[in-house]
Amino acid sequence: MDYSRQLFQYILSGLSNGAIYALIGFGFAMIYNATGIINFAQGEFVMLGGMLTVFFLTVLKLSIIPAIVLAVVISTIVGICFERLAIRPLKNAKPLSLIIITIGASIFIRGAAMLIWGKDTHAVPAFSGNDPIYIAGATILPQHLWIFAVTILIIIAGRIFFNYSITGKAMRACAYNAQAAGLVGINVKNMVLLSFAISSAIGSMAGIIIAPLTMTSYDVGVMLGLKGFCAVIIGGMSSGLSTVMGGLLLGLLEALGAGYISASYKDAIAFIILLLILFIRPEGLFAKKEAERF
Amino acid sequence: MLKIKNINTYYGQAQALKNVSMHLTEGEIVTLIGANGAGKTTLLNSLSGVVPPRSGQIFFNDVTINNLAAHQIVRMGISQVPEGRQVFKPISVEDNLELGAYLHHKMLGGSDEVKKNKEMVYDLFPILKERRKQFAGTLSGGEQQMLAIGRAFMAKPKLMLLDEPSMGLAPMITQEIFRVIENLSKRKKTTILLVEQNARAALKMANRGYVLDNGHMILEGTAAELLDNKEVQRAYLGKDKKEIWER
Repeated sequence: MDYSRQLFQYILSGLSNGAIYALIGFGFAMIYNATGIINFAQGEFVMLGGMLTVFFLTVLKLSIIPAIVLAVVISTIVGICFERLAIRPLKNAKPLSLIIITIGASIFIRGAAMLIWGKDTHAVPAFSGNDPIYIAGATILPQHLWIFAVTILIIIAGRIFFNYSITGKAMRACAYNAQAAGLVGINVKNMVLLSFAISSAIGSMAGIIIAPLTMTSYDVGVMLGLKGFCAVIIGGMSSGLSTVMGGLLLGLLEALGAGYISASYKDAIAFIILLLILFIRPEGLFAKKEAERF
Repeated sequence: MLKIKNINTYYGQAQALKNVSMHLTEGEIVTLIGANGAGKTTLLNSLSGVVPPRSGQIFFNDVTINNLAAHQIVRMGISQVPEGRQVFKPISVEDNLELGAYLHHKMLGGSDEVKKNKEMVYDLFPILKERRKQFAGTLSGGEQQMLAIGRAFMAKPKLMLLDEPSMGLAPMITQEIFRVIENLSKRKKTTILLVEQNARAALKMANRGYVLDNGHMILEGTAAELLDNKEVQRAYLGKDKKEIWER
């Protein structure tokens, strides 16, 4: 059956893109929950992940694992510097001004990347070859499996961190009520710094695992960042499973739309969904009401 | 133990505390009374570093603390139970308590100490043990207040600042909360600074009291003196209302 094979193929590629969107969305949610800022520089960390990996592989001739590790570490350091230099010095600034600063930072990072690495598009070799695997008549690349595996791992690690470690719980406490968190002895500013560090690390990881499929260049962060933003809006700004669902849904709809309507509408579909959600259910599709009593 | 010298605290342009001074001796229960908007909460927030004073000095055991951030003040041994309880609602009761001991997790006693403290809190408030797996947001107002006090106690403070613990609670529950506060003072040797609307109940429990009016500290005395003071009786205890009304 050609038709069902095709559908299966669309679903597979949709889910793998969706997993990437979910990871990028996590970064948005984490910083938003800690600070109330939407970090529009999030996409640039995705770009940095891919571009730094290319740099370490081709210029420094490192093998793939050290290249990836170094790329994540350096992206994280850039994220930490970003918080230290651009966010923290502005005491008591309104979230809106800070959001504008993140847009400025994203332009800066993108510009710097263009100056350093040029405007070319670069390929990253797949982690374990390009021999397709056939499942039920559809083809899947080993890189797709890497994407799923890394995403699941990051999600599980995140859940363990936020639910079982005292630092993770403290981050949730800060997100809920920063003042009360300070009163129990949590250093709120360090938690903000940590949220920037984690989200830039996750963002760069997302950029690294998708690069072998889509190639990478200095400006991939714009579109990927916006898609991640869509995912987290659909998920209701949570750093939990609803953002994963949001990312997967977005990836699926995009892939199906590109397949059955037209590939040139791929990006438009994402933004139509974003607008629909913002109009109809701005609190997100999967957000559930918290049990609360006042 | 605690000395406050001429602090001035502002919210933007508005001055909320004007040259306020007070002191606390170890082991005391001191209550701060005053009308709404007099600056009681501001005074506690100045002490705990939430709204640092713009001028003046605060000494805790002879160390200057008025320029420290909130989390550093907790480390010095001062814990605040904030107005309106402010428990972490989407987090379980047990984790709220764990977070209260955040500093102990991070550096001080370690997890054995935390466990011991948690048992002590469950001892004070058995209902919290029953509800330990629930989200704090599902607790009743009284239970949330107990949790807020328990959470502050988890940091093993030498001085505890309580901001209107009886706010919005039924009289029965208020009594229980007050009993626990007395307990903390007597058995756990915690010094207590209590801000209360319910001035009479607070003064009955306290050793001394201060009266704050419009940002000024206007009166200071032992609890008995304040209970007897005609002006305090009229303005804060609701006595002799009749004569004044019918004058």
